[in-house]
Amino acid sequence: MKKRYLIPFGIFMAIMAIFVLGLYRMGEDPNFTRNVPSVLIGKQAPKIDLPDLFDQSKTVSSSSLAGQVWVLNVWATWCPECWREHAFLVHLARNEGVKLFGIDWRDDAAAAKRLLVDKGNPFVAVGFDPESRAIMDWGVYGAPETFVIDKQGVVRWKKAGAMTRELWESELKPLLQKLEKG
Amino acid sequence: MIPEIGQLALILALCMALVQAVFPIAGAHKGVASWVALAKPAALGQLLFMTIGYACLTYGFLEHDFSIRYVATNSNTSLPILYLISGVWGAHEGSLLFWTLTLSLWTGVVTLFSRSVPEVMVARVVGVMGVVSVGFLLFMLLTSNPFVRLMNPPLEGRDLNPLLQDPGLAIHPPLLYMGYVGFSVAFAFAIAAMLGGRLDAAWARWSRPWTNIAWVFLTLGIVIGSWWAYYELGWGGWWFWDPVENASFMPWIIGTALVHSLAVTEKRGAFKAWTVLLAIFAFSLSLLGTFLVRSGVLTSVHAFATDPSRGVFILLFLSVIIGGSLLLYSWRASQIRSSVHFTLFSRETGLLLTNVILMVTACSILLGTLYPLVLDALGVGKISVGPPYFNSVFIPLTAPLAVLAGVGALARWKRDSGLSLARKLALPMLLSVGGGFALTLWALPHFSWGAALGLVLALWVLLTMLLWLKEQGGAAGLAGVFKNISRAGWGMFFGHLGIAVFVVGVALTSIYSTEKDLRIEKGQSYHLGGYDFLFKGAERSAGPNYLMDRGEVVVSREGEHVATLFPEKRDYRSGMPMTEAGIDAGLTRDLFVALGEPLGKDGAWSLRIYHKPFVRWVWLGGLFMAFGGLLAALDKRYFRLARKARLETEANTAGGKA
Repeated sequence: MKKRYLIPFGIFMAIMAIFVLGLYRMGEDPNFTRNVPSVLIGKQAPKIDLPDLFDQSKTVSSSSLAGQVWVLNVWATWCPECWREHAFLVHLARNEGVKLFGIDWRDDAAAAKRLLVDKGNPFVAVGFDPESRAIMDWGVYGAPETFVIDKQGVVRWKKAGAMTRELWESELKPLLQKLEKG
Repeated sequence: MIPEIGQLALILALCMALVQAVFPIAGAHKGVASWVALAKPAALGQLLFMTIGYACLTYGFLEHDFSIRYVATNSNTSLPILYLISGVWGAHEGSLLFWTLTLSLWTGVVTLFSRSVPEVMVARVVGVMGVVSVGFLLFMLLTSNPFVRLMNPPLEGRDLNPLLQDPGLAIHPPLLYMGYVGFSVAFAFAIAAMLGGRLDAAWARWSRPWTNIAWVFLTLGIVIGSWWAYYELGWGGWWFWDPVENASFMPWIIGTALVHSLAVTEKRGAFKAWTVLLAIFAFSLSLLGTFLVRSGVLTSVHAFATDPSRGVFILLFLSVIIGGSLLLYSWRASQIRSSVHFTLFSRETGLLLTNVILMVTACSILLGTLYPLVLDALGVGKISVGPPYFNSVFIPLTAPLAVLAGVGALARWKRDSGLSLARKLALPMLLSVGGGFALTLWALPHFSWGAALGLVLALWVLLTMLLWLKEQGGAAGLAGVFKNISRAGWGMFFGHLGIAVFVVGVALTSIYSTEKDLRIEKGQSYHLGGYDFLFKGAERSAGPNYLMDRGEVVVSREGEHVATLFPEKRDYRSGMPMTEAGIDAGLTRDLFVALGEPLGKDGAWSLRIYHKPFVRWVWLGGLFMAFGGLLAALDKRYFRLARKARLETEANTAGGKA
């Protein structure tokens, strides 16, 4: 048997191995993919100063939310996961009173504005970050990601991946209630 | 009662599939004629029970039987009948049922229309398809049963995802599945040929029409999916490089390579190992697409977490089917002795290059699609790679394909002289470069290198294809064209012409589209791309299961009425807002109006309008390709083969009686 004909089989088994690994870790902790701890948790949140998505001559700053509990959401129009969570973010902003600060990351400004006009804008303010300026400070490597920042400006919580009703009910809502009281 | 009958039917279908998977293959191996003869009845029996099972679930939808969990979660009483029927395949369990039904349908058709193929070969093919059926039926019965009952049935069901409530998307999955599953036939023929140890031109000839038909379905499915995304998502784009789209595009690319490779194997006996490998890949990618994306198993972390047994089963199943065939391949392919030679300038070289480029393209897309999933599996995070990656990979890879589409058809098999080929191609080359640049400079709004490249490539394909017609016609001219060219030849002609049409569409619409976001009040008008858009206000009304705002926009050109468009914004009961764009379609341009949000109390709205030149050509190109594939599948020689086989059987039986 010539060895080169085994190459496709070898590649396939490698791919399978990765899937098995993923599945195994998923079995240990159903939420493990989303629980990558951020080194930022418990630390002072990096300051955000970015051009306003809707008017790039202006600047939006996270200092406008100082003293409040707020949520940072990193998103982009090229990210299907972000489309999936969008309607729920709108619901959170309109009906649950969540203060969302958005960072539109590596994106086309026109497309981003269009999405917000079409599907509703859940954000208090949206910073436009085409060159990953602010993103680097936050250690974000994919979209969407969501952070919670408390009244003292400390990062308390982080999730990679789309926001869902389950996540809101089980983690985010209790946390926000606790932080609002404290 | 009815759901239990459906459940029983699925179990019986599984029994049939087991018989179909075991006996024909074993019989072919051991030479037991009675076992081989089981292939046909077992396959048809499985088809019968699958049809009953599917009908039972459809009945549950039509009768609003909310005691079935799947019906309760995917439909409600106010859904129009079309979406009750399409709701059957709208979610995970039902789409698996539909997939399996399609597989048994293909198997049934293969048993009925393969008279020209030796019985032992058909038995092996049916057996391999039976193995796949067994896997799917087990998966369904063990982990994703569509007939699970609810103890306390709700009075009203949940809504079907509003994105799926659209006629375009009602027919998109069936077409796609016909394509996906159709590749199982080519796969089964390849495996059967390897099992029999006869990897010659014969299996290629038998599986070619099936592969072509599967490819036609997949092409149509993708075209309709893209068209749906265009008008339903309301962003004016026609391709988003979403994992769901990629899952259908990868098997299509490999399928395209397979269609070409089969031609070489059949006609020249070359590329034998390649073709087998492509057949395995095409079906493997279809499986991967079905599981990883369609059923939402890997894209949604949640689905996996609720039921890890699904994931385990899928990995086992993929390992058996794909891993097993690749092992078989590594054993059999090393025994092939290829005695076919061809020189640098030959049609074989052109087709080989085409295949290599298509493979590389598919691999890059696979990488871009899986890489985020792999990161996710390793716990690094969930990311999207996005269009920037895919566009930068895809465009440089496809431009040479268009060039090859012209050269390949004109080159001779086995050996051609580089000089005579160059002489033949000089004129089309000059004309297409000159024509492409001239058109870009004078006929288009402003010069762009991208548009020039697109037009040059399109003209190149068109001119070389016309030259091919002339060559085929020979001395007889136009009469010769119609006399000498077979349906398969016309298939190639239209398929390649489709590339030209597609390239024109992509180049012109991505470069010359104009758009504008507006705040517009009742009675105001706006000028874009030579058209005037007059907004006549928006009104609130109700649809069957949604409320909507319906705008009215009158479009005119130099005072002459062109169209009245009604863009809608719908609020479905499930709480998802949906945009229905108002579109005036035309061969050279689309006018596209999407309604945004109300602004203030004085009747002002945000409105977005697009002028999209030549966007229809994108899909028109796809339809040309599908038409070409259909012609090739219906080539007369397949019918001749079938007739010959029938006559032989009749002669044999007659001889037996005498």
